[in-house]
Amino acid sequence: MKKIMPTIALAAALTLPCLAQARPLKLTTTLTNYGGDGAYLAIYLTNAQGGYAGSLWMAGRKSKYYAHLSGWHRATGGNSTEINGITGASVGAGRTLEISLDLADALFDAGYTLHVDAAVEDMRDSPNEVAVPLTTAGAKTPVGGRRYVSSLAYSF
Amino acid sequence: MIRVVHRWPGLVAGLLVLVLSLSGALLSIFPVVERLSSVQPAALSTAELVERIQAVHPGVEQIRRKPSGRIIAYWSENGVPRAAVMDPATGRDIASADPNPFERWLTRLHRSLLFGDGGRMAMAAGAAAMLVLAVSGAMLVARRAGGWRRWFSPLRGPFAARLHVELARIAVAGLLLSSATALWMTASTFDLLLDGPSSPVTEVEGSGRTGMPVAGMDVLKRTSASELRSLSFPDPADATDVFTLKTDRGTGHLDQGTGALLAWSDPSAWQRVSEAIYMLHTGRGAAALGLVLGFMALSVPVMVGTGFVLWFAGWRARPRIHGNAAAGRAETILLVGSEGGSTWGFATTLHAALSAAGQTVHAAPMSSFEPARYRQARRILILTATYGDGAAPASARGFLDRLKSLPAAPSVALAVVGFGDRSFPGYCAFAQAVADMAEAGGWRMLVPFMTVNRQSPQDFAGWGRSLGAAMGIALELVHHPVRPAAFPLTLVSRRDYGADVQAPTAILRFALPKPPFWLRLIGRGFGRFVAGDLLGVLPERSAIPRFYSLASGYRDGFIEIVVRKHPAGLCSGQLFELQPGDKVNAFMRQNPGFHASRDTAPLILIGAGTGIGPLAGFIRANVRRRPICLFFGMRHPDSDFLYGEELKGWQQSGQLLRLATACSRSRQPSYVQDVLREEGGEIARMVRKGARVMVCGGRDMAAGVSAALTDILAPVGLTPALLRAEGRYVEDVF
Repeated sequence: MKKIMPTIALAAALTLPCLAQARPLKLTTTLTNYGGDGAYLAIYLTNAQGGYAGSLWMAGRKSKYYAHLSGWHRATGGNSTEINGITGASVGAGRTLEISLDLADALFDAGYTLHVDAAVEDMRDSPNEVAVPLTTAGAKTPVGGRRYVSSLAYSF
Repeated sequence: MIRVVHRWPGLVAGLLVLVLSLSGALLSIFPVVERLSSVQPAALSTAELVERIQAVHPGVEQIRRKPSGRIIAYWSENGVPRAAVMDPATGRDIASADPNPFERWLTRLHRSLLFGDGGRMAMAAGAAAMLVLAVSGAMLVARRAGGWRRWFSPLRGPFAARLHVELARIAVAGLLLSSATALWMTASTFDLLLDGPSSPVTEVEGSGRTGMPVAGMDVLKRTSASELRSLSFPDPADATDVFTLKTDRGTGHLDQGTGALLAWSDPSAWQRVSEAIYMLHTGRGAAALGLVLGFMALSVPVMVGTGFVLWFAGWRARPRIHGNAAAGRAETILLVGSEGGSTWGFATTLHAALSAAGQTVHAAPMSSFEPARYRQARRILILTATYGDGAAPASARGFLDRLKSLPAAPSVALAVVGFGDRSFPGYCAFAQAVADMAEAGGWRMLVPFMTVNRQSPQDFAGWGRSLGAAMGIALELVHHPVRPAAFPLTLVSRRDYGADVQAPTAILRFALPKPPFWLRLIGRGFGRFVAGDLLGVLPERSAIPRFYSLASGYRDGFIEIVVRKHPAGLCSGQLFELQPGDKVNAFMRQNPGFHASRDTAPLILIGAGTGIGPLAGFIRANVRRRPICLFFGMRHPDSDFLYGEELKGWQQSGQLLRLATACSRSRQPSYVQDVLREEGGEIARMVRKGARVMVCGGRDMAAGVSAALTDILAPVGLTPALLRAEGRYVEDVF
């Protein structure tokens, strides 16, 4: 179990005018036993139009491998300032990543989508491993990923 | 200095280096297996390859080609990402694309000890230690051999040292390459280099159309499948998405509607270098080289083991000087030049004897020579060995330069004694150089320059007596060289010769002792000796051993020496008294400078009197029937023809090709050098063809033989000195 409690400084795109209205969110990501090295995970939001809205977390510290998180990489151009201060270690097979962050109320039920891109050395990249709409109703309902994430859930 | 740089990384990082080399050697097998098991597509374009795969997996998302030629396709099935190894000929799955778990585990062990970044740094430190060991080790090998051009010259010394150097000089190139590339790769992993991916082309303006069949794309038709690295397919639902093509030449993007090349970027010089280094280190793309490097890495465990044994032997023999006075207070300064530590042993004996005589003595390595500090000193005594052909030993580096740079010789007196082995070229050459330079610089010499041959306690005691006389004190130096435990040897038989010619000589044969297994395991047994090694005999009522050349090897199953009775000899007297069943205490000392090498080069053996001992041993061991000629000098064939019967038998069996004898008390007296001159033409011919000359006997005989051979070899442009430098002219002189 890996617990991370960062003081999230969300990227500029998420700094909405009504940020005063924010609520703490707990995001729990559990990986499957895929039988490989630690997974790199990029967790980020896109808006209703599918445009990149901001990054929430980057698991994995070596920027040379970020190109394998191709959804996130294409959206940000691999710009590491997008993840300044919200970077942690890669997550081992079968382990759980738990992060707490303050997210603006206005992001919920507004067509935003939470994405997880995953990549493991010498194994298949999995962009869009998880893509789940960010809704108040969806909280606490775990969703499965495509290959590396066994469940992802967020709660207030 | 280099030795210190070689020793400490080896001791501290030995375990890391061990894990690195063993895991690396195992990992080198995988690229070869992968290469051999991969179907290599014959002249196939990327477009054709994609077509074949798409026929089986229409939803293919990415195709990658490994350096081994293995092709892997990635696709999704009902939302589940899948991957498999493809047969390029059919486009069908042939194997799972998941990595081999054992290989993954080994890779993680090799690069990070199964830990994260901390483990990577530890392993990088191990690689750095290996690099330092390889560089410093290469310098040591070159220095020991006497230059880089003599890199592969024959080795002498104890088994562990020879094995260590023998492996090192073959494997060092591979170890240098592996460790240097490992450090580069670690730097790359930690983003310390500029070889990261070039910023991707994010804004490529496509046509907005979709649906162009891959088979029709010109760029893919022109790209051979053998240069493909990866092809990523666009999301068909996203018209702005593009194909991403990576080849050996660079990275490009293709429009999914037209197949046009929208952008292309070449790899940077840094990336090219990093790719080459990755290939050299892992063998991925150069499997055969990888296998060679892996094989060389297998030498590392042996070198770590032998290196540790050598260090431990040196550590056990380190000087233990009690009551060493401070440099500024001592009347006598003892400067020691030692390579392996044995000269320190003599210094310790001298220190103790002088201290017992009431002197204040300061002992220090020669490299710390600093006359200004010796305020109370009245004399400086220098005890030094020689390294190689005349270089300073480890603890005397820089001494000659410092001696040369002194403005004027101080008033204190100086004495120099050299330690060495007469059978090597450059005997005591460094000590001689020190003495010469001091005398030329105007130093007052306390006693003349002297040498100690083969750690001879007698030579050393003699020097001590003359030193004592010069100092006005009685100085009795009783030195016990570090020696293995002695074993009681039982005499089995004796054969007597030479009584009629005033040269009583005996061939003594002892039973081989059988020390317990655990003693043999820690190297304290009697040892595996061969003819030419030395038997150290401890006579009763004396602590100082006498050495006799062995005339047998352990394979013969007995220990044989040839002893001549000296009129006042303590040890030879006691040996001559022995009757079968009696015992004498003895130990074995290796003498690798006088071994009949294991090759098949012809041997020219020259000996007189008891000097025939080791030579007879070489002939007895010559089961492979290499050509051997023996020149043997004696007094009279009826009295002291040592091994006469055996020599006849060995000639018949082919172990001895030719026997020539000289008899100094026959009707026509002749010496062995006379016989050599008679056979000069034949000897010169053999030497020119690679024969090795081995001489054993008294000093005068050896000098006569050397003079005769100088004349004999002159017509073919060779000299004993030249042969000596090649290790083809060796002497065992007493």
